[in-house]
Amino acid sequence: MTSPPIPHHAATGHVAPQADHADKARTLLQRIADLRAWLFLAFLILGFELWSRISFGGTFLFNPFNIQSIAVFAVAPLLLATGQTFVIISGGIDLSMGFIMGLAAVVAAHVINWATPGMGFGLAVLFGSVVAVLVAAIPGIVNGMLVALLKVPPFIGTLGMFGVARGVAFLLAGGTTVPVKNEVFSALGNGKIYGVPYIILVTAVFVLIMRYLLGQTKFGQHNYAIGANAQAARRAGINIKWHLLRLYILSGMCAGLAGVLYAARFSAGAAQAGEPLLLDSVAAVVIGGASLFGGSGTILGTVAGAFVIAVIQYGLVFINVAPFWQFISVGVVIIISVLIDQAQRRFSGGRQSE
Amino acid sequence: MSDMTPIGQPLLEVRHLSKNFGPVQALNDLTMMVRAGEVVALAGDNGAGKTTLIKAISGVYQPSSGEILLKGKPVAFASPQEARDQGIETIYQDLALADNLSIGANIFLGREPMRRKYGFLPVLDRAKMAEAAKTTMALLDFHVSRLDAPVSNFSGGQRQAVAIGRAVYWNAQILIMDEPTAALGVPEQRKVIQLIHQLKAQGRGVIFISHNLQDIFAVADRIVVLRRGVQAGERKISETTHDEVVKLMVGG
Ligand SMILES: Nc1ncnc2c1ncn2[C@@H]1O[C@H](COP(=O)(O)OP(=O)(O)OP(=O)(O)O)[C@@H](O)[C@H]1O
Ligand SMILES: [Mg+2]
Repeated sequence: MTSPPIPHHAATGHVAPQADHADKARTLLQRIADLRAWLFLAFLILGFELWSRISFGGTFLFNPFNIQSIAVFAVAPLLLATGQTFVIISGGIDLSMGFIMGLAAVVAAHVINWATPGMGFGLAVLFGSVVAVLVAAIPGIVNGMLVALLKVPPFIGTLGMFGVARGVAFLLAGGTTVPVKNEVFSALGNGKIYGVPYIILVTAVFVLIMRYLLGQTKFGQHNYAIGANAQAARRAGINIKWHLLRLYILSGMCAGLAGVLYAARFSAGAAQAGEPLLLDSVAAVVIGGASLFGGSGTILGTVAGAFVIAVIQYGLVFINVAPFWQFISVGVVIIISVLIDQAQRRFSGGRQSE
Repeated sequence: MSDMTPIGQPLLEVRHLSKNFGPVQALNDLTMMVRAGEVVALAGDNGAGKTTLIKAISGVYQPSSGEILLKGKPVAFASPQEARDQGIETIYQDLALADNLSIGANIFLGREPMRRKYGFLPVLDRAKMAEAAKTTMALLDFHVSRLDAPVSNFSGGQRQAVAIGRAVYWNAQILIMDEPTAALGVPEQRKVIQLIHQLKAQGRGVIFISHNLQDIFAVADRIVVLRRGVQAGERKISETTHDEVVKLMVGG
């Protein structure tokens, strides 16, 4: 700021004091709504804990086996959901992530099998994983070009890619699952360090990186701006096409990483690995507080959302309820989340970023 | 501001500017000038060519003929970005704000400042953005209690101030506003008029379009009236009346 300081004229722009009160109430409401996924999570855990104590006389939450199972359960949907969070904040959606994940799992399995004799176990795992994530970027590039350059609505463009990735993955897998013979890979998928599974560590680090990317970088900031008002972003000089292209590459690569970890965990690549997870990932993002209209959402919210789903799914099995109740419960939570989002929209025109 | 033009000196001159869209002559041989510290109002009936004129000045449209001089030098802007880089900032009616972001984030949208966390990790410098938001808004005599709140929480007049604040922060010497008060209630309109007074006091040039003669007479130094793309007249505000302006607008 280099303009000379100018003596102020009569006060003009003060926010009226009585507005402050309504402001505070609104802020409080916003805070609560932003934390809704964590509240859901707390209620769920409390509920299962009570149930567990009453009917089994044991704890649910303080059983490390339960916690670990839930976390392992949450890994793949969470990886998809972090990428999906970026896409949804931008105002788009990526429906192809599930089958990109399957494609990456199959590619990782093939490449590791092929490379193991020549490279040895460790190097083959590294090589296969990198190749799989890079291959996952290809449908991301196509999605990005469809959305950014050809102006195809994201729902349609990525739905097309859903079909293409699915077909290619099944073709590469020869219609079946591809077993991996590499002990380092299965150690990566099932081993632990200090009792913590590697895949959970990898996921945690990845989530932190994604949180940084969304909350602390220009890329993340522009993502919020584009989701709220693409016209404003363009006028501010943001290159929207370039941003969207990178965005869909990012979501593709998230799915790629999920596919690699899946293949490691089951020592096999399967084209349908991510099929049931795509909608879970969208649900996690929505439960986590993002709006499907774009412009709002956080990685931490999505983490909570993913855990809400994982806790419901695991908890219901734990208390011996017919598994179909999962669908109903997750569905109800999604609907409640969206209702909260809309109620909040009515109170204030928009929402805060991370 | 590195090279502020002294008050009263010409900032922007438009000479014999014409613009046609196919057979439609939206602007015909229009000449006008804005000096530093001067507020010029553009008035005229619907379709008179006001928006076309400011779009030609701000690089959205390329003029069919005529020239634009910035501080005496001929300029041609291929894009709004080029005009902005030269200090001509346009505030559109829809404001072009990202509603979910704070004032600071909007001011810096597209040119965010970064700092290094732990000495190596580049992160957005939110403190700097908030600080700039505070000083800039104070410069407009506009005091907002919650700098971290998304601008969607603010009223129309406050949001107008944010858009103006962004232009001010980036050193705009000429601010162009298309009907800045059109969507606002009366108290908010008064705030925006005050903001324009502030910009004038800071030695900037302002061009604003308005259908509201009250606003024009409250803040403008001069008024340029357009009629079907032609300049129908130009008056000093101190030397004209509502009636005369209306006559110029409708012709006859
Ligand atoms: N992009 C365009 N293509 C074709 N014709 C245009 C275009 N923009 C403006 N015009 C025409 O040029 C003329 C002037 O329009 P302009 O928008 O500049 O008027 P205005 O004075 O801003 O009107 P208003 O007060 O309604 O905003 C009109 O006849 C309009 O239809
Ligand atoms: Mg107009």
